[in-house]
Amino acid sequence: MALARRSENVIKKYLPVYFALLAISAIEVLLAYRNIAMPMLVAMYLALAIFGATLSVMYFMHLADEHRSLFLSLIPAAIFVLLLMNAIWSDSLRLLHMRPFAH
Amino acid sequence: MNDSDLSVHGQAALTEGSPYEIPSRKLTMWLFLISDAVTFGAFLYVYGYIRVATPDWKRPFETGSIVNVMIMTFILLTSGLTMLGAVEASKSGHKTKTMRFMAGTVALGLLFTALHVREWFGLFSRNITLSSGLFGQAFFTITGLHLLHVIGGVIALVVVARGYWRDSLTPGHVESTGLYWHFVDLVWMFVVPLVHLTNIGRS
Repeated sequence: MALARRSENVIKKYLPVYFALLAISAIEVLLAYRNIAMPMLVAMYLALAIFGATLSVMYFMHLADEHRSLFLSLIPAAIFVLLLMNAIWSDSLRLLHMRPFAH
Repeated sequence: MNDSDLSVHGQAALTEGSPYEIPSRKLTMWLFLISDAVTFGAFLYVYGYIRVATPDWKRPFETGSIVNVMIMTFILLTSGLTMLGAVEASKSGHKTKTMRFMAGTVALGLLFTALHVREWFGLFSRNITLSSGLFGQAFFTITGLHLLHVIGGVIALVVVARGYWRDSLTPGHVESTGLYWHFVDLVWMFVVPLVHLTNIGRS
């Protein structure tokens, strides 16, 4: 009986994270209908998405409960590789000025 | 290592414990998810690249599409919660409860897939396809890859649930599948704002 209650309690424990993720989605939709410049909007979306992803990884995927070495082996390496991809932007902006896809 | 160690500790003495103190199955799933995160990251960077470089970018989404996407988001986040229930129930040894939670997750995954396909057909009816231009290529590639992950996750959930029910798979398998399912959820958190919400048509 106690074990049966445990799984229900665990879901209750994660409800704050669940509602936080729903709230993040709602905020994103509200922002979409505000008159915000696109670069700023994308920056806000990325900040919200990263915050949501952090909550999901740490609590839904239980990385916060794992050995610290697992976090240190996985997350910094992934962030580093993703940051390296930022090298494309200078070329992308160059293309914008050349307007190769304009009709 | 000598014969006396082997006689005392058996074959376990020949292998070292995991430095992360988790089963190798779980570590493998984490490594797969990190590599998959980089794959999705690369697709989103490519999307950003062509989006920035294209002055007359198409913005086809209307409020109806956004409502549909919000329902899909709600469904996927809720399926993450049912998956957590399945993992915890399996750890507690509650088979029936685990099966109910997994069935709920599968049902929500299928509902998400159905709404996703409806969204796609809505775009097809407006002549936005994979071959209709840069928006179509970027949109259908990214959402298609995500949908493929959802369908793969649903199949994996069914297989793991069946194996768990028949005692051929363990709670560890349920947990690893849960990690995958939460990852699919996580990717959607980036796809919605960057691919859907920045493409709402302005009148």
